[in-house]
Amino acid sequence: MKINNLEQLNEMHIDVLKEIGNIGAGNAATSLSEMLNLPVDMSVPKVKILDIKDAGSLLGGPENVMVGILAKFIGDIEGIMMFLIEEKFVGDIIEKLMGEHVSFLKGLSEMELSAVSEIGNILTASYINAISSLTGLNINISVPAVAVDMVGALLAVPAIELSPASDQIIFIEGVLLDLDQSVSSNILLVPTLESLNIMMTRLGIEL
Amino acid sequence: MSEIITIGISDMNITTAPNTLVTFALGSCIGICLYEPILKIGALGHIMLPNCPDIKNEKNVNKYADTCIPHMLEKLQGYQCQKTRLKAKIVGGAKMFEVSGDSSFGNIGARNIEAVKKVLQENRIQLYAEDTGLNFGRTVYFHVDTGAVEVKSFNRETKIL
Repeated sequence: MKINNLEQLNEMHIDVLKEIGNIGAGNAATSLSEMLNLPVDMSVPKVKILDIKDAGSLLGGPENVMVGILAKFIGDIEGIMMFLIEEKFVGDIIEKLMGEHVSFLKGLSEMELSAVSEIGNILTASYINAISSLTGLNINISVPAVAVDMVGALLAVPAIELSPASDQIIFIEGVLLDLDQSVSSNILLVPTLESLNIMMTRLGIEL
Repeated sequence: MSEIITIGISDMNITTAPNTLVTFALGSCIGICLYEPILKIGALGHIMLPNCPDIKNEKNVNKYADTCIPHMLEKLQGYQCQKTRLKAKIVGGAKMFEVSGDSSFGNIGARNIEAVKKVLQENRIQLYAEDTGLNFGRTVYFHVDTGAVEVKSFNRETKIL
């Protein structure tokens, strides 16, 4: 049986998705930590089946400004991967990398945006590589695009791009925590329904 | 006492003066404000996509431009609104992310703008003002006592349409 609707997902499916998130986000956290030479931790991932209507109320309300890093993945499976990172987290990273204090209120400079994009490159690639080696699937990822804006407007993007026929969307969410654990960053992996089936089959789950 | 009424994604509501209708963080979605200036009645719809693929089986008509606007007009008729007096103001339709090497990604905003304009035209509703396109999110406050539409964005000055 194929998963045609997200309501069909049972606890076993959710556990598998959590494990995928665990490995992907763990890899991303390790890469980021190595790059910055700072401890970056990861909390246990959550799998959320969200109604698009409720997506905005997560992450501090629809108008909360966050840094969005978006990449598309294609190949054996397809979907969108998005990092939603608090400004402070990104600011700390840029400061560490470039030695300059960042003011989001004035907008990021070209150099700063490019640094964010590079961080995005490393995070998305390490996340996807982990899934690729876990499942044996061939997955390519695009160069990430960066936007700093209201989280409601950013979150709607994967929802609208991927599921014109559905009001629900699946997020595999991993939270990266920086050294003082006061700011966090969310990683969302949003596969298409078909890709979800492929991942499950590949991991030996009876559908 | 004036009230503030929030409209979510794929939703629509109507109110009278002195109330305000608000919808938050429009990205590629579009907020459609229809105003009847004599009776001071306003409707605000928040659509996600241009066209409804299967009208017969669609549970939420407010999700699509081509079904939400007719629904708004029908509801406004219940308030004795004159269709010829309605003024439309539209906000949103942005392209939030520019994915390099993929020109079709994020085009839903532009398609939304096109579809909304087409449906307004078909219904002979005057498009009075718009703040659409580009690459940033917008929150809309539609003040029904004056018909003013306030557009707020991150890092930009508030616009009044």
